[in-house]
Amino acid sequence: MISVRMRVNGSEVSVALEPQVSLLDLLRGRLGLTGTKRGCDQGACGACTVLADGERINSCLALAVQYEGRDITTIEGLARDGEAHPLQTAFVRNDGLQCGYCTSGQICSAVGMLAEHGAGAPSAVTEHLCSAAALTDAEIRERMSGNLCRCGAYNGIVGAIQEVVGKEAVR
Amino acid sequence: MKTFSYVRATDVATAVGAIASEPNAKFIGGGTNLVDLMRERVESPDTVVDISALPLTEVEELPGGGVRVGALTRNSHLAAHPLIRARYPVLSQAILTGASAQLRNMATVGGNLLQRTRCPYFYDDTAACNKREPGAGCDAIGGFTRGHAVLGASEACIATHPSDMCVALAALDATVEVRSVRGTRRVPVDGFHLLPGATPHIETVMAADELVTAVELPASPLAANSRYRKVRDRASYAFALVSVAAALEVTGGAVAGVRLALGGVAAKPWRAREAERVLLGAPATEESFRRAAEAELAPAAAQPHNAFKIELARRTITATLRRLLTDGSAA
Repeated sequence: MISVRMRVNGSEVSVALEPQVSLLDLLRGRLGLTGTKRGCDQGACGACTVLADGERINSCLALAVQYEGRDITTIEGLARDGEAHPLQTAFVRNDGLQCGYCTSGQICSAVGMLAEHGAGAPSAVTEHLCSAAALTDAEIRERMSGNLCRCGAYNGIVGAIQEVVGKEAVR
Repeated sequence: MKTFSYVRATDVATAVGAIASEPNAKFIGGGTNLVDLMRERVESPDTVVDISALPLTEVEELPGGGVRVGALTRNSHLAAHPLIRARYPVLSQAILTGASAQLRNMATVGGNLLQRTRCPYFYDDTAACNKREPGAGCDAIGGFTRGHAVLGASEACIATHPSDMCVALAALDATVEVRSVRGTRRVPVDGFHLLPGATPHIETVMAADELVTAVELPASPLAANSRYRKVRDRASYAFALVSVAAALEVTGGAVAGVRLALGGVAAKPWRAREAERVLLGAPATEESFRRAAEAELAPAAAQPHNAFKIELARRTITATLRRLLTDGSAA
């Protein structure tokens, strides 16, 4: 057993784990944070997306022991002072889901995506790599392509993200 | 997944010492490929040496204008780095077309170099695979071969290399730095990956106890005028059917410099030297581009389901060069 300490949604966590335990299994099985979902368990669907030090990752392909000392945020950690995260509200308002199974991953991914875009990161559809890319629908679809939605709620998902982008631009 | 001993390395000397002293040990960086392969029972190391905390994450300019990239630089950080975007746009684009944003945030440059084929018969432990089990045979041959190699394949293996990043590195003449308890050596990326021949389980020139520590990109004025084009079954987040990394310099209407490499067609990133030879000094025209593409693909041999890749590679080479000529760099 390996002892591992990390921060999860702002709280210090200290656990002893076998090295093959994934971050996903630690979150769901040991910490009871079942908002993060297991879809494919092979990094193909994005349902297990969480944030590690603010960067989105697939928790199914992460060995928990490798996240010693890191700061993990899951869907349960996005609300502030009892208020849902703006993306959570926007997903509801824009029908960014049907069955909801991919939604935690979609929202965590969108939080990470907006931070990447805010830091100036280009995408595969960015016309000029050295110029800032506006978050068009095409840019959002490309940047969110690591999150599959079997219900096909993509139009609502893009709409929810655009709503938050628009509000931040106004602010 | 079978359990294993876990060693957390904090410096390079400890890491290469640990791998040398443990039989059947593997390094783990981002884990995106190894964890998946361990879960599928394709890989089953007894010891995993965690290198993710090693100080190999610098992207720094070299005297003379090249760039040195630490092997543990995350794929996403490299693609977004201002030096790479401006001087080696083909590399930024190639990385950005690979995998998903989540995987690029986890995956390292060294791990990307060493990722293993996505051949479904390699992944399926009920299928025969010479790569997984030397001498077992190859169920891909005579199987469903749509994604398989058309260049450099052998009777033992027709798998392709899955990386996009490596295709750009091949076009850029990058050098891979590897370290072991015996010291440090440098390998040109074009000689780093191996064609399958009779030993498809030997995929690179690296020994089992060597660690990739860095990739160096040489200074190249040509590289700034470069692009990557990837053709796949869906618009994003899929492996290449065919991809092209290209850099082009045209002077007085003639090709003064060109670098071309192909992905999705062979067991290694395929540096298209024959096409480069045909193009050098030729008029920079669609006709020359097509002739060069035909020369490169002349030795191609299709499997029953992938003949389309040969024409697709010709067209993608031609289209990528045309785009560089008309629109210039992706930067």
